[in-house]
Amino acid sequence: MNSATREAFGEALAELGEINPDIVSLDADLSCTTKSATFAKKFPDRFFNMGIAEADLMATAAGLATCNKIPFASTFSVFATCRALDQIRNSICYPHLNVKVVGTHAGPSCGEDGGSHQAVEDIAIMRTLPNMVVVVPADDVEAKKAVYSAAQYIGPMYLRFARLASPTVHDESYEFDLFHGEVMREGSDVAIIACGMMVPRALEAAERLAAEGINARVVNMHTIKPIDEELVLDCARTCGKIVTIEEATIIGGLGSAVCEVVSEQCPVPVKRIGMPDIFGKSGAGAELLDEFGLNADHIIEAVKSF
Amino acid sequence: MRSDMKDITKRMRADIVEMLAAAGSGHPGGSLSACDIIAVLYFDKMNIDPKNVEDPDRDRFVLAKGHAAPALYAALAEKGFFAREDLKTLRKSYSHLQGHPNMNTTPGVEMSTGSLGQGLSVANGMALAGRLDNRDYYVYCLMGDGEIEEGQVWEAAMSASHYGLDHVIAFVDHNHLQIDGNNDQVMTVNPIDEKFRAFGWDVLTIDGHDLDAISDAIDAAKATKGKPTVIIAETVKGKGVSFMENQVGWHGVAPTAEQAKQAVAEILG
Repeated sequence: MNSATREAFGEALAELGEINPDIVSLDADLSCTTKSATFAKKFPDRFFNMGIAEADLMATAAGLATCNKIPFASTFSVFATCRALDQIRNSICYPHLNVKVVGTHAGPSCGEDGGSHQAVEDIAIMRTLPNMVVVVPADDVEAKKAVYSAAQYIGPMYLRFARLASPTVHDESYEFDLFHGEVMREGSDVAIIACGMMVPRALEAAERLAAEGINARVVNMHTIKPIDEELVLDCARTCGKIVTIEEATIIGGLGSAVCEVVSEQCPVPVKRIGMPDIFGKSGAGAELLDEFGLNADHIIEAVKSF
Repeated sequence: MRSDMKDITKRMRADIVEMLAAAGSGHPGGSLSACDIIAVLYFDKMNIDPKNVEDPDRDRFVLAKGHAAPALYAALAEKGFFAREDLKTLRKSYSHLQGHPNMNTTPGVEMSTGSLGQGLSVANGMALAGRLDNRDYYVYCLMGDGEIEEGQVWEAAMSASHYGLDHVIAFVDHNHLQIDGNNDQVMTVNPIDEKFRAFGWDVLTIDGHDLDAISDAIDAAKATKGKPTVIIAETVKGKGVSFMENQVGWHGVAPTAEQAKQAVAEILG
């Protein structure tokens, strides 16, 4: 409980390795920190360290997938989705191969390593690739279940995990439904649609808003592509206004996906919270989230500014 | 080797020229230079069966230089993976024969390629899977000599060696030309053999149009244990068509109907 989603990834992958012998893991010299090393220790023959070579990592995973293996190819999200983008596009998504691209240390909560290492554009980039499914789990419980779901789903998937530990907002009985978002709190004055570690912050904002008589619905939109259109539309119809929050650039990610749905099918005002077209920087992860306005205060401010 | 191999390569070359003329675009030069290698693989060496395309024990072929798709399509049609008439539909919107190979549209294509430099990594992945499953199939990967300017090729060269992938057999179609000119004018790729040797590969250099030499090199590569083999095939871009041979201008231009007629007459003549 309350551990980083990358820790949950490592545990889930190692568990899945027992259940399904076709699961293989590849990493690019970051297995100790992406936590694929947990799998590697248990199944050394099914783990392939590709060295610091992300292009090779992704295309090798593609080759394994053509032979019915289920590869999880992990590295920092910034390297996975930017450096190896062409390989993900042409060798994984275009041929619709069953590779799970795992990006850890996403967003400014990655912290001290600074802007070079904090993926802000990964959700947007992965979302534009045909055939790609994009999943951003909210906490360790959901992350683990999302990894199990990824192993079941056949096709390319991008899983985004965080370095920083964050509060657990699900109990173990939670059932992860890949293609349906989760309403975590009911309300009809405004809908707050969040993903990743912004979900606990959205819940905190809703709690504080309730004390002021504003009833906010909180949605955990763990799967950003394909987005749960019905749920987004229900938020628009029921609440009339929407705030989105993601630990990523506001261009092309969750906020954009929500806007695409409502603008065409049920136009309502939307305020997007995220990185406002800027890169991150060094600092303690939790402090950076506050500095960039990725917190409950900013959500409350946005809600009140409609 | 079967006695009609030479005839097969002639038919393949004629098919390449004719399908490109019908398409009105595409890459004759590198298709013709790679033709004999692909012919030996598909009609002498590879364990593949068009009636059992999903056989887990089949050998795999990855055309890393995806622009040579016409040579692959000619082989697949000859082998019976699809009807010969389909070749005329190359690059049309209704065709399963895409400009570059697509594993999901064309029977017998093992991997979608086109963006250069990715095929060897894919081949390595296939070989790793074979090793995990205790299967004895070989994975062949055909790269262009310009293609090996891509950095990923050398990442993959390192990996194949690191993992001792002796079931990966790579070819470099060394026709010495790429779009903008001679290899070494554009970017110095030579010496190719020393580079691969330094990466831990077994290296063979052959005449890439000598069918027996290609066959023998593959046998030698299969006998090599513990490391991958690259066969550097010295080839002629546009091989078999006098006005295309060694002409960089024929990298990515299709012949006219008239030119195709002359070319086919030469090839079959």
